[in-house]
Amino acid sequence: MKDAPLAAPQTRIHGAAHDSLIHDSAVKHVTGRAEYTDDITEPAGCLHAYIGGASVAHGHITALDLSAVRAAPDVVAVLTAADIPGRNDISPTGLKDEPIFTTDLVQFYGQPIFAVVATTRDAARRACGLAKISYAPLPHATDIASAVAADYPNVTAPLKLERGDIAPALAAAPHRIQGRLHVGGQDHMYLEGQIALAIPGEDDEITVFASTQHPSEAQHMVAHALGVPANAVVVNVRRMGGGFGGKETQMNLFCAVAALAAKRLGRAVKLRPDRDQDMEITGKRHDFRIDYDLGFDDDGRILAVDGLFAARCGWSSDLSGPVTDRALFHADNAYFYPAVRLQSQPLKTNTVSNTAFRGFGGPQGVIAAERMIEEVAYALGRDPLEIRRANFYRDGADITPYHQRVEDNILARLVDELEESAQYQARRRAVLDWNAKGGIIRKGIALTPVKFGISFTATWYNQAGALVHVYNDGSIHLNHGGTEMGQGLYTKVAQVVAEAFQCDIGRIKITKTTTEKVPNTSATAASSGTDLNGMAALDACNQIKARLVDFAARHWSVAPEAVQFLPGRVAVGAQAIPFADFIHAAYMARVQLSAAGFYKTPEIHWDRAAGKGQPFYYFAYGAACSEVSIDTLTGETRVDRADVLHDVGRSLNPALDLGQVEGAFVQGMGWLTSEELVWDGAGRLRTHAPSTYKIPLASDRPRVFNVRLADWSENVKATIKRSKAVGEPPFMLPISVFEAIGMAVASVADYRECPRLDAPATPERVLMAVERLRQV
Amino acid sequence: MHRKEIRFLLNDKAVTLKAVAASDMVLDHLRLEQQLRGTKEGCAEGDCGACTVLVGRLGPAGLAYEPVNACIRPLATLDGCHLVTIEHLRGNDGGLHPVQQAMVAHHGSQCGFCTPGIVMALYALWMEHPHPTEAEAERALQGNLCRCTGYAPIIRAALAMGEYGTTDPLMAERAAVQAQLQAWQDGARVVVERAGSRAVLPASVDDLADYLAQNPQARIVAGATDVGLWVTKFLRDLPLAVFIGHLDGLRAITQRPDALHLGALVSYEQARAPLVAQFPHMARYWDRIAGWQVRAMGTLGGNIANGSPIGDTPPPFIALGARLVLRHGAALREIALEDFFLDYGKQDRRAGEFVEAIILPTPAANTHHAAYKISKRREEDISAVAAGFAVTVENGTITAARLAFGGMAATPKRSPHAEAALIGQPFTLASLQSAAAALGHDFTPLSDMRASAQYRMQAAQNLFTRFWWEIQGTPAMLEDVI
Repeated sequence: MKDAPLAAPQTRIHGAAHDSLIHDSAVKHVTGRAEYTDDITEPAGCLHAYIGGASVAHGHITALDLSAVRAAPDVVAVLTAADIPGRNDISPTGLKDEPIFTTDLVQFYGQPIFAVVATTRDAARRACGLAKISYAPLPHATDIASAVAADYPNVTAPLKLERGDIAPALAAAPHRIQGRLHVGGQDHMYLEGQIALAIPGEDDEITVFASTQHPSEAQHMVAHALGVPANAVVVNVRRMGGGFGGKETQMNLFCAVAALAAKRLGRAVKLRPDRDQDMEITGKRHDFRIDYDLGFDDDGRILAVDGLFAARCGWSSDLSGPVTDRALFHADNAYFYPAVRLQSQPLKTNTVSNTAFRGFGGPQGVIAAERMIEEVAYALGRDPLEIRRANFYRDGADITPYHQRVEDNILARLVDELEESAQYQARRRAVLDWNAKGGIIRKGIALTPVKFGISFTATWYNQAGALVHVYNDGSIHLNHGGTEMGQGLYTKVAQVVAEAFQCDIGRIKITKTTTEKVPNTSATAASSGTDLNGMAALDACNQIKARLVDFAARHWSVAPEAVQFLPGRVAVGAQAIPFADFIHAAYMARVQLSAAGFYKTPEIHWDRAAGKGQPFYYFAYGAACSEVSIDTLTGETRVDRADVLHDVGRSLNPALDLGQVEGAFVQGMGWLTSEELVWDGAGRLRTHAPSTYKIPLASDRPRVFNVRLADWSENVKATIKRSKAVGEPPFMLPISVFEAIGMAVASVADYRECPRLDAPATPERVLMAVERLRQV
Repeated sequence: MHRKEIRFLLNDKAVTLKAVAASDMVLDHLRLEQQLRGTKEGCAEGDCGACTVLVGRLGPAGLAYEPVNACIRPLATLDGCHLVTIEHLRGNDGGLHPVQQAMVAHHGSQCGFCTPGIVMALYALWMEHPHPTEAEAERALQGNLCRCTGYAPIIRAALAMGEYGTTDPLMAERAAVQAQLQAWQDGARVVVERAGSRAVLPASVDDLADYLAQNPQARIVAGATDVGLWVTKFLRDLPLAVFIGHLDGLRAITQRPDALHLGALVSYEQARAPLVAQFPHMARYWDRIAGWQVRAMGTLGGNIANGSPIGDTPPPFIALGARLVLRHGAALREIALEDFFLDYGKQDRRAGEFVEAIILPTPAANTHHAAYKISKRREEDISAVAAGFAVTVENGTITAARLAFGGMAATPKRSPHAEAALIGQPFTLASLQSAAAALGHDFTPLSDMRASAQYRMQAAQNLFTRFWWEIQGTPAMLEDVI
């Protein structure tokens, strides 16, 4: 259809970069039409698998009798390690320490031993309970203290970061404090649990639909398990019902088992654990025990920091190496340590193998830095914000413990603006006045900053590919290696493409992530999805555009500079050609209208052995001011107000970015307040469903919640449209909540002592801290 | 004449099912049998709300819709009901419903998996309050978890949804739905069965009494908010279940001069207004019980008959001097609520007997009441400690005291030593704290994933202090301080 002749030319496209566009699936979400893996119509004859696990935390299997399982109604097959044609291992870092099914040694309660395949999920699930397994139990260690006591090994090599000479610096410091902080883990509690649907193909081929942040890794794990090359395996994911890091490696088990069963039986097989099994056998955020030795001067300037970061890693290495590395990378947060030594201790334990979770160890580093600030402030009787400012990275004091220079620091401005807009000083005085009255309800307020390094520290992960087709009707097909877990990646990359072609976003079909179109992708993780895939898509667009410009210049005999992509049309000299017509002309002239784009992050390098390099391309910053009330009789808490100012560079989509910041804040609050993982004496996780594991509710969000993006910020690095990564950095903003709770607790002892709260600050921990400080 | 099939409306379609097990749940029926996959499974235990659907039921006051968790809602209980799922929600022009429009406009979804359930809960709210307050919106969403958004955009959508419209096609269909449901009311007992699991829906309360007298082994299921989990979580068989949630004869609320009578099937949601009118101290406590879906399904009688040591209703009800009416055949007996709980998992309910009503006596003059719940998360959590206090003071002296606790022992239980420590004493903080100290003689709480024994005892004792300051009008709870 032709435009009406008198219509004014389109001045703006719909869905340009930097527009607050709705999520591409928003309408499908609210109508229930968004398809998740479990919603895909199953192929005829689809079978259902379920995993049977161990009922001891540590021990040897002495007898395995699965006859009753096999004989159960509707059971088609039972699989054990003996049925794996390839490698019985899905360890993501190649340490070969993660069998799909264990054959002898059980290393955590619930560890997979076999799988049942039946005609219904219900039948498979019920049959699992019929296994008769005997064990010779071994002593188990489920937490850091017991692992240290039992002399458990590290699951992977520890890291040391060092700068300056720590011992003399500590010895010479006018003040010195040693302390310990326990930080609890966190379950991802993605609303959509783990799931995989495997459909066998001809020869060695298999297709897997899964809820995964890392289709390429799932592809490789399935290939290893089946003993086939990667080119035989296709992994697809259109969207996840939440990931948060929990589907970066943890889907491997389910993908591998579904694929094994499907190939063995020649039928489609779906595997979906129930919520309890999902929580009992998949990894979580690492718990940490952090020992710090801190030297500082009378002005509150930190002189030396010696830190040991012991982590509950679980039974295998999984991603514990890079996670504990990142804890060290963030143990400075925003502060310069003149002399520093940071060491990780990635401990093996008889628990699920802890894994990636939004922040990837960073939050545990940042909270340690903020605890040390608190220690200094309480010791000197000063406002912690003053201590923070005194220690911010600044000119001449801008080298991190990993020897990277902080070159893009905007915290001074961010914190100043937030202090003003949140009226921090006046409200802090009001809080002090309130507490001085000595009532049952006490208040606290804290303003904490975040600096978060952006890039995978595994440098080779910082690459991405995209595939863009322009069809001859002017419609565009967009594909890239990033996955959509709710964060809006698909929308933002589509905006980049719309902007590049200057066409409405409605022309662009966003398509599912598949290993068939873009190979060797990295996990959608480390907040990097848009940075990497947006650039790769832009590269593809630019390749096609270059061909189009070349074509138009020759076809219409104009200079290449006279070809311009304008909203909805292409200007060629004096004439404006509607986009679709222009594309059709290019097609008729046999212009290739498809391109594979590629991007790799420049500048970064990292020498782990030396503990030196530039692991991060840039830093993202933010700050939050939180005020809380606590009940000193019960330990219950409430966040009365939170003000956030967060840096996303030049936002590609302010609405979606704001959503990430708000969501991360509340998720981080959960980590630090109500979300508590409890293992019992038998080594069994007792908090394995939302009835026992309590993530925040709507009413838990701050009673007043003012969230703003720093709209003046622009990435100094040439990232996609000068934006910054947003997924993880704001997760650390609610450390302000945690510290505010600490202040309220400290008020019962007139702030004479650092409250030294451990996380999560459940009502129980808060009450016990209050009772402890009342004795001071 | 027993009817051997159930009949219900699924959106705009009449469904008749003969082969239904007592353990069949609505969610699996929707997703696996009806291929309606907009309704999601997040937890299969009624805690996340991703499976929220509406159930419309014809009661004495007409057709009323409630949000329920499809995951633990037995399919058989849909007999005579209208089941509305996300697929049926649409606006007047066939496009997006006002609730959906608001959610889209306010960026209320990220991953989208909780979203159908959130939309259905907000839809239930929109029907009652198209322009809700923030507190109403939060209360409506107590049974819905979202892991992505932090809820802020969802609340913004809830506050704005009325601006997108206050009518929808479902309202226009209501008369036809009502007529259909009316036409289905045949007064028959319903018996359906599948795979050795039988579901019985008695025709009336008398029919229930007769049936139970003859089949005392039958499992009585009211709201199914606990029994549902036996099925979905523990894979327990239900060979014979008697579903009673539809019996309006057990749903009456009667205020008599000396007492408030609550039928056993009065839901938490129904109970709130009459309870709070008579006992204002119950308001805050009640709002911490479960989420809307469970409050709509769960019943007072079920919460008591279940016998859980951490049930929410027994502690405050025992403190109020509640009495329980039990029925066997035509025979009724009445006992003090605290006497119903014999031991862990053991209640004074004889074979074939059922809870018919709860009687809450009108409180004596000069009596101070309180009801407190402490949990790891403020709302929609199971109590670490729950407490009900009733202390009568005459001329400055305590003359009677009923102190009941949950989460402190194997059953909900009164605190005889603490009560004794109060009686005859002046009504002072010191007296209350002496009583608190006596709590150690009454309870030896357990440690579990919800709280340690030490915390349970300490917090329970501290509640005596809170009680005092609350009576003095001094801020003693977070809710007292803005």
